[in-house]
Amino acid sequence: MAKGKKKVPGLNTSSTADISFMLLIFFLVTTSMDTDMGLSRRLPQPPEDEEVKQEMKIKDRNLMEVRINSAGELYIKDGRGAGLCPEFNDNPEVLRDRAKEFIKNEIGSPLLPELLPTDIGGDIGVKYVTADHVISVQTDRGTPYEKYFAVQNELVAAYNELRDEISKQLYHRAFLDLDAEHRDMIRKIYPQKISEAEPKNYGGDK
Amino acid sequence: MKKTKREMPEMNTSSLPDLIFSFLFFIMMVTTMREVTLKVRFTKPSGTELEKLEKKSAVSFIYVGPPSDRALEEKYGKNTQIQLNDRYADPKEIRDFIYQERQSMENQADQVVSIKADVKTQMGYITDIKEVLRRSNALKINYSATRRK
Repeated sequence: MAKGKKKVPGLNTSSTADISFMLLIFFLVTTSMDTDMGLSRRLPQPPEDEEVKQEMKIKDRNLMEVRINSAGELYIKDGRGAGLCPEFNDNPEVLRDRAKEFIKNEIGSPLLPELLPTDIGGDIGVKYVTADHVISVQTDRGTPYEKYFAVQNELVAAYNELRDEISKQLYHRAFLDLDAEHRDMIRKIYPQKISEAEPKNYGGDK
Repeated sequence: MKKTKREMPEMNTSSLPDLIFSFLFFIMMVTTMREVTLKVRFTKPSGTELEKLEKKSAVSFIYVGPPSDRALEEKYGKNTQIQLNDRYADPKEIRDFIYQERQSMENQADQVVSIKADVKTQMGYITDIKEVLRRSNALKINYSATRRK
């Protein structure tokens, strides 16, 4: 037999690049890279019984009310006083600072939430904190979502900043760098208490 | 002078497909499939205290905003609509939507509902949604937003 030296011709792969390019473009078009970010909140537990509507009695000094009307105007009321807050539109940090003072009550003012001895546990022990304070956010059905979001953002920011401050003071680390146990302790010092009442109609529908 | 016939050697492109394939795999890793076709228009609010949504598989989305194009606008009006999956829905339907989503999840306790709403939406819609979510025991919510400096 003749030894036929027939070589198998190599497969032409010059189009593989085109094929993979097309796949690449398909994936670029159909997928999105945006990472979803947002403000995380927790809703209160659903009411056990529709009929039982407990009216919790909250002392005036422990309550800070933030109302947003349908024009997006802020009305803030706490022990220090009440009134519209027109500065909020240009400078939302006004609310943050006010909330921080309220939650902290550093000087033990009788107008701000009462400081109650609370067992924090761990190496902190008993500490005076404003355990009973409540920040109540009330909206109207016509309130623009933007304003509501801004208020929520500032309130959450107030808590985050306070927690960060105390954790730097006690442990010389940022709140988010602490371990779970210490974070829980810090959370006990500044418990997040933002309550959202059912929306009311202030000054009618718009 | 001698005319040397020097030809430019051709570039070897045999590794080009491999390069592109590795790029393709990279893209497939870092991106996610678009969930739905949007039928509402929304500009997210901006905030500073945002958190990343970690487990994508445990997130359900609710879109709130005005209809996104003219055809839809003529059909449904210019008012705010709530979009679940691929269609407009009533706030009452959210309950079923949430239960359905929960069925398909592994860690049902981790369920997060992301509300993507337009900044101009009236709070009435949001409050209705929140009330239904609360009654459906979907308590972890996330107001979708963009980061502000």
